[in-house]
Amino acid sequence: MAVDSEGRRFWRSLEEYLDTPEFQEMLHREFPEQASEWTDPVTRRRFLTVMGASLALMGLNGCSTQPAPREKIMPYVRQPQEIVPGKKLYFATAMPLAGVVTGLLVESHEGRPTKIDGNPLHPASPPASHPDADVGASDLLMQASILGLYDPDRSQGVTYRGQPRSWNEMLAELRRALEKLKKQGGEGLYLLTENVTSPTLAAQLNELLDDEHFPKAKWYQYEPAGRSNVLEGARLAFGEYVNTYYDFTKADVVLSLDSDFLLAGPGTLRYTRDYTSRRRVRTKETKLADVKQNRLYVVECGMSNTGGVADHRLALLPSQIERFALALAAELDLPDAKKEYSEDLPKEAQRWLKPLAKDLRDHAGKCIILAGDGQPAQLHAVVHVLNHALKNIGQTVKYTTPIEAKPVDHGQQIAELVKEMDESKVKMLVILGGNPVYTAPVDLQFAEHLKKVPLRVHLGLYQDETAALCDWHVPEAHFLESWSDGRAYDGTASIIQPLITPLYNGRTAHEMLALFTDSPERAGLEIVKEHWRDWWKQQKRSGSFEEFWRQSLQEGVLADTAFPHRDVTPKSGWAERAAKAAPAESDSEGMEIVFRPDPTLFDGRFANNGWLQELPKPVTKLTWDNAAIVSPKTAEKLGIAYAGNIHSASGRPGPNGGEHGQALVDVIALKHAGRIIKAPVWIQPGHADDAVTVHLGHGRWRGGRVANGIGFNANILRISENPWFYSGLEVVKVHYETHVLACTQMHHNMEERAPIRTKPLGYFREHPHFADELTASETEKPEVLAQVPGPQPRGRAEEQLEEARKKDPDKNRLIPLTLYKEAEKEFEEESKQLGEPGKEPSKGYQWGMAIDLTTCTGCSACVVACQSENNIPVVGKEEVTRGREMHWLRIDRYYGGEPFDPNKVSAHFQPVPCMHCEKAPCELVCPVGATVHSHDGLNDMIYNRCVGTRYCSNNCPYKVRRFNFLQFADFSTSSLKLMRNPEVTVRSRGVMEKCTYCVQRIRAADIEAEREGRRIADEHLMTACQAACPAGAIVFGDINNKNSAVYQCKEEPTNYALLAGLNTQPRTTYLAALRNPNPELEEKT
Amino acid sequence: MQIFHRSFNTISKVTIFGAVFIAAGLCWFAAIFYRSSYVTESHLAFVQPVPFSHAHHVGQLGIDCRYCHTSVETSAFAGIPPTKTCMNCHQQIWTGSAMLEPVRESYRSGKSIPWERVHNLPGFVYFDHSIHVAKGVGCASCHGPIDEMPLTYQENTLLMEWCLECHRNPENHLRPKSEIFNMRWQAGDQTSLGQELVRKYGVRTPHELTSCSTCHR
Repeated sequence: MAVDSEGRRFWRSLEEYLDTPEFQEMLHREFPEQASEWTDPVTRRRFLTVMGASLALMGLNGCSTQPAPREKIMPYVRQPQEIVPGKKLYFATAMPLAGVVTGLLVESHEGRPTKIDGNPLHPASPPASHPDADVGASDLLMQASILGLYDPDRSQGVTYRGQPRSWNEMLAELRRALEKLKKQGGEGLYLLTENVTSPTLAAQLNELLDDEHFPKAKWYQYEPAGRSNVLEGARLAFGEYVNTYYDFTKADVVLSLDSDFLLAGPGTLRYTRDYTSRRRVRTKETKLADVKQNRLYVVECGMSNTGGVADHRLALLPSQIERFALALAAELDLPDAKKEYSEDLPKEAQRWLKPLAKDLRDHAGKCIILAGDGQPAQLHAVVHVLNHALKNIGQTVKYTTPIEAKPVDHGQQIAELVKEMDESKVKMLVILGGNPVYTAPVDLQFAEHLKKVPLRVHLGLYQDETAALCDWHVPEAHFLESWSDGRAYDGTASIIQPLITPLYNGRTAHEMLALFTDSPERAGLEIVKEHWRDWWKQQKRSGSFEEFWRQSLQEGVLADTAFPHRDVTPKSGWAERAAKAAPAESDSEGMEIVFRPDPTLFDGRFANNGWLQELPKPVTKLTWDNAAIVSPKTAEKLGIAYAGNIHSASGRPGPNGGEHGQALVDVIALKHAGRIIKAPVWIQPGHADDAVTVHLGHGRWRGGRVANGIGFNANILRISENPWFYSGLEVVKVHYETHVLACTQMHHNMEERAPIRTKPLGYFREHPHFADELTASETEKPEVLAQVPGPQPRGRAEEQLEEARKKDPDKNRLIPLTLYKEAEKEFEEESKQLGEPGKEPSKGYQWGMAIDLTTCTGCSACVVACQSENNIPVVGKEEVTRGREMHWLRIDRYYGGEPFDPNKVSAHFQPVPCMHCEKAPCELVCPVGATVHSHDGLNDMIYNRCVGTRYCSNNCPYKVRRFNFLQFADFSTSSLKLMRNPEVTVRSRGVMEKCTYCVQRIRAADIEAEREGRRIADEHLMTACQAACPAGAIVFGDINNKNSAVYQCKEEPTNYALLAGLNTQPRTTYLAALRNPNPELEEKT
Repeated sequence: MQIFHRSFNTISKVTIFGAVFIAAGLCWFAAIFYRSSYVTESHLAFVQPVPFSHAHHVGQLGIDCRYCHTSVETSAFAGIPPTKTCMNCHQQIWTGSAMLEPVRESYRSGKSIPWERVHNLPGFVYFDHSIHVAKGVGCASCHGPIDEMPLTYQENTLLMEWCLECHRNPENHLRPKSEIFNMRWQAGDQTSLGQELVRKYGVRTPHELTSCSTCHR
């Protein structure tokens, strides 16, 4: 376990914290049991299922005498002007998620979209890392949606009750039915859509419902993980629906009430960027004494990314959060607020109120209070009132008209629809996108009632649970194949333009709706363009529409479409309304259950995406499963075995926190209102006691080959009345039943060498070099420090070096920390040849990376970006439990504090790519020279030389090397071939691989710069992880250039190298995390 | 009792001494075989859908390389001309030629002409035309006397040792940028010219040019 100089401990799991014998044993085994076994039929079968692949005949290429197989060249017949073979193009488009869009810039190779990034011109995806960057930040769902496009399991044709039919047959049937309905004015015609912000779709729907078409038809919306509560809260406070968004650049203090704004939700990338811009500490720009940071308070139930990186975190049950907000209102002396609210709160919460209220009051107009999407409308109303009282409105909190075309309460809508289906009023139901059979709260029995509808039509990406119960199913076009539009979190409209013609003849919702109102079929482009032409005419703008249209497509945003700010004030009597709207306090026994959209699968729509299934969930680090998440104390109460506890019933020791990822955990049964689910338990330090958090999106039964049968379906316990949490849950342990979870939290452990270094801002001002500490022995320290590359360590280190020299004047060379002196010589000679970076600059580039742990929020977008850029395969659950996951970049999550007190747990995230050590231990042990150093300081990996000895991986102290134990890459699924990055080799079985600093991008940028006779500028070369990072935490560049951002970072006093004591001289270094706790809230010890 | 016949004395001696030569011979054979055009496919012309002659188009008519290989200066891939490029001329001349029927067919049907790839690098090698052209490596340096080839063949082995020969000693193969597309250019004094061009064009040192990731990634 990592212990820093002041004895603060950082740990990855309870087992590590308690330091059990099992844990020690596991630690020293280094590799999981069976790590080197190659055959396992189950694994292979699962793997086949995952990738739909066959292993047949692979590797036979190697038997051919010719080095490359014969190929044909198929040139264009008429080459499009803008396409140059071998050069990629970028197109701006947008990705809708729950209706709200984020700008995208998609890389296209000869017509194949291969990589997604944010659009820097779009407000929701600000420029990544560098203000002039060519691409914008992105989140993990954006990054992974490219795999969704090429998913071979997508629905590929029109079906009638499961039988393939032609589009025209469907058309004829639909028209016949519509003609009948039209006679009755459309009575009985029902449309169910997801949340709609698309102006074109809204206009089409309104046209459909007008007097000329189907005036009596009805349009419902249902979004399972939508933001109804947010809008309803605004209505409670202001009497009308308004859209709320925040400006974090002006916020000194932020209070998040159960809002995970740094990970998900509309505008999250912009929020993360703005929030971290106030958090980053650069001593070059500001004097040490003036260094400032914003402050983040988080009140939440489960541990979220936002809560993990907060300065102060309070664990409350979700039902207590509203009371906390009301008590805070009273503390801030709001009229109507009653003091007694605080009486029911836990002690720690009461302790918070005074200092928190003072801090907020001191920063009136410069603070933000925001509430989570899952919190009830009443809390949102209270938050609006608080923001108003603190004069934040117009400063940090902005209001506009709603971005939704028709703001509605989605829970109510689906309930109403079910009621009408029950009453047999629905003659024809058209479901445009979405999967209500799976996502609707189970108490509504949507599936049962759906069967009563005579004609059911479904438009969807998959032949999913809903498609199975519908008469007609039409494959939907993926958003990368569609013409559409939508609005961003601030109302900015974007055109969604297709990157590729539909792979499986999919149709968009626009094209489906056009069938209802127009006799001839209309193409998506025509519909969308027509809408905006009308809009443009109404706007009476100057210039030509064609020019405006082209510019909008190129920039990815429609200029000046962001909604203007609105000035709204809370109506009086909010307190009564809030109280009235609040459901009666239930005194029911039992626990509280909290539902959350899954951080990677969202509401289940991404369940068939292997990248997202295998991506460790940002906080729990679970893969391929969901779990019932409880606090350690609650687990104890339930009799769940863990760590040192012995299982009372079976006498079996509890799980050891993951035998390198294989965690055998207990199973509990969750019961409510006669419904029951069995779920594996995951013990989460920092989770509030007496509550269970479950994630939606798992337990699909018709989701596709990847999605089916993974995890449990939490929707079964969801109730329409309060879809996000309720109390009165009965929890029982299921005896003699266990479940294997694949968790990566214990993979690649570095043991007791202070990988995480963090201090409060106040401490930093006095000891700026606190992170300089080395994990080497005392005698080695100063010598090693002197040899650490880059800017020389100052102050303390220099003194230590002087002292050491005084003691032993003969020592004028580095203590050989390696036993292999030959390598030492080799290294010295190479250094002479190249000029040591940072000391005697050579002319060339020397690449390096700095990762700022102060701003990293652990959102994991970088991991998926890396996977997409570098053709990294998916391995499946069984392989993850053997520690064989292939992500080149992992994010280590450490906990700090006391696991048994949820209020004292913090989380610390550390992305770990290859360190590109200047004295790389891996290079010395490779018998075939498959990993060697390049002239610009990269630790190259040459796949075609690798014979798979795995010596390099054994010798890597950072454990960043990944081995293809099996044929993980899928060479046979044709649609996945289109997805691959052509600049990166697809690796075969038996080959080692690892982070290359995106060498393909370096070489491409180098060639371009050389051709143009200039040097590579920071903004023109970014690694995939850096380009994705919304926090700008990853900085990459030339450490030989004193003006580069990475050189500046490495000059920072907080710069430190991981395991520097080994003298590997890593090119990747970290900036220690600084946090800004409120001294008045710090516990007096 | 004698188990072996007398002649075995000779046979065993020959075998013992011969083993060295046999082993050496095998090595020698392997080395020759590996470099032979059977393996490298050099100097082999393939049957193409249209027997396109560089000798005619370049050598006799003098068409510039870049008329067809348009992206050689900007992209990794030099570019194979689209059917449209052929038809620019062949709409006017040789319009009835049976030899050109596949070209016209392609233009009518919109289907590509399936050319046999002549220069075929393995998938793990990332070659970039644009940087070589920009640094003074002529077409003929790698592709040989293209203007004399009735059917295009691969002039060199494309083995890694062949690539490295130039990456280790670039000065032996550089020419002025004005002569890149000149098939007939000969250096007067390559040694001094090469060294001057290395400086002038900023050609990197052999150490830099032979980093693995220069070509493999």
